[in-house]
Amino acid sequence: MDNWKDNRSVFWTLAGPGTFWLLVFFILPLGFLFVMSFSDKAIINGEVSITEYDYLTGISNYIRSVDTLYLTIIWKSIWVSALATVLCLLTAYPIAFGICFASEKWKPLLLLLVVLPFWINLLIRTYALIAVFRSQGYVNLALGAVGLGPYDMLYNNFAVIFGLVYVYMPFMVLPLYATIERLDKSYLEASLDLGASQFTTFLKVTIPLTMPGIITGVILVFIPCLGSFLTPDLLGGANAIMIGNVIERQFKAANDWPFGAALSFMLMYATFAALMLRAFLAKRSAGVDV
Amino acid sequence: MTDPIVSIRGVSKKFPGGVIAVDDVNIDIAPNEFFALLGPSGCGKTTLLRMISGLETPTDGQIIIGGQDMALTPPNKRPTNMVFQSYAVFPHMTVEENVAYGLRVTGVPEDETKRRTAEALEMVKLSHLAKRKPDQMSGGQRQRVALARALVKRPKVLLLDEPLSALDAKLRDDMRMELTRLQETVGITFIIVTHDQDEALSMASRIAVIDKGAVQQIATPSELYEQPATRFVADFIGKVNLIDAKVLSKKAKAITCEAKGLGKLTFDTEKACGDTVAVAVRPEKLKISKAEPKAAGLIKVQGNVRDVAYYGDTSHIVVSIKGGPDLQVNVQNDSRTGGSGVERGQAIWVSWMPDDSLVLTE
Repeated sequence: MDNWKDNRSVFWTLAGPGTFWLLVFFILPLGFLFVMSFSDKAIINGEVSITEYDYLTGISNYIRSVDTLYLTIIWKSIWVSALATVLCLLTAYPIAFGICFASEKWKPLLLLLVVLPFWINLLIRTYALIAVFRSQGYVNLALGAVGLGPYDMLYNNFAVIFGLVYVYMPFMVLPLYATIERLDKSYLEASLDLGASQFTTFLKVTIPLTMPGIITGVILVFIPCLGSFLTPDLLGGANAIMIGNVIERQFKAANDWPFGAALSFMLMYATFAALMLRAFLAKRSAGVDV
Repeated sequence: MTDPIVSIRGVSKKFPGGVIAVDDVNIDIAPNEFFALLGPSGCGKTTLLRMISGLETPTDGQIIIGGQDMALTPPNKRPTNMVFQSYAVFPHMTVEENVAYGLRVTGVPEDETKRRTAEALEMVKLSHLAKRKPDQMSGGQRQRVALARALVKRPKVLLLDEPLSALDAKLRDDMRMELTRLQETVGITFIIVTHDQDEALSMASRIAVIDKGAVQQIATPSELYEQPATRFVADFIGKVNLIDAKVLSKKAKAITCEAKGLGKLTFDTEKACGDTVAVAVRPEKLKISKAEPKAAGLIKVQGNVRDVAYYGDTSHIVVSIKGGPDLQVNVQNDSRTGGSGVERGQAIWVSWMPDDSLVLTE
């Protein structure tokens, strides 16, 4: 197929369902939220309505969202997500490398193990983590057996970060695996042959050549981490709240859709900034064939 | 022979699963030699090269480079450098960075690195492309980068894995001459792996022919061509007519045999033999004539021209003979008129001097 204009009917048959789906279930609701973020709850007979809105009243919601309270939470969400992403990367890289160098017989099985957690509901997996980390959980039981603890491992930043790393690990492993698998091993051999040690080879050849996978993995993990609310809600409790929890509360408990929408868009702008960074970095490493 | 620079002693490589890639190979390579490992694909020649470089470990035997056993020396500590079949030019570095890489990672001072890199690029005529990235270069240019990158390290031995296979025909001829010139200039031992007999014959000073992991013959190009040790070598190097023969009698220095379609023949040879041998003769050694050749001592047979293929400078004629295999005859078209002067279906005599053929016992 050279040009979609030559085969309009084929093009629309193939692109139609997807376009329809994105338009109706993504772009339209998003547009609605965008309008909502510039709106306010209507005042009817001197009382704030719970169902009616005054549309496009101004940017008051955005002004509210740059309050120190929310900026602090956004900032904290960013560093918690960043830390979780880095930990994911550090753990996933050796895993991906190990799978790539495993024998053909083991490869599919190891990849299956990586995606196996997807088969279980996120809620159940998160509750399972509670069972592991709570005061009488498995970790504390094990530590108690050797005379240590018990430690408070739940309802703090550690629990949230651990939970995020656990949940998003496959999103890091898979792009890394795809890149490392395609990496021509003769580059590594050439580096060794030219006198570089294994470590130098890793730093100067392996990492630069797998950078596209690293960047993709980082984005795939960082962005959902930033917007996550279930993990911090269940594992962080009141002590480790993230921006996702704040947004969720605006839409549900606080019934303040306009403000929730504004916060959502703030988060989206942060995400776009991250994506632009990726495009910029990808441009810089344009020589790397990906 | 002076002390060998590379000595391969009883080297074998068995891969898990029982595949024997290299089987008890013994080769001595002298300093400054242009040595070729020649064989069909899958014969184990690349595995052998990789064992010399240290990228593979032999299951048995010793590899000695410059008088030192390399068993415990990793590839980054060996005095060898390799030009990979895929070139493996780092895509994230410029040409200059690629060439300087091997010097920088081993702590060569920066000013010396700069000077040697410039020299190496000069040597492969790439100075004007020093700042380019590999993806902006042709295959031939990338290969020069790979060459410069290996030569700049001043290795004792340069290993080249199928260096010409990815180039188009014209470039291949240029590069072939270039490699010979480079080898003479830098005075480094070159070991080249190739499946292309022309490449090996035209470049190498000595060739090891390898089949199924074992060395068949080690000899100079002309020896390989004129004195092949086995049927495999005769058949693999150039074209050959192989005529099966039954041994009638064997004396100390001669074999008398009954060759298919040719009758009783006697060859001077000291080689031991079984019940059957093969008479080998190159197509260009055969003469054709319409009348029966009269000279004494000729081996001659009458047949019919089955096919004539015109190649410009030569014509390849296939002659079918009674009771024997078709014979291939190459004739020079040395006059401007008439080509080979034979036509399909024509009756013709094929003859050759007994010394131009030889008997192969294995």
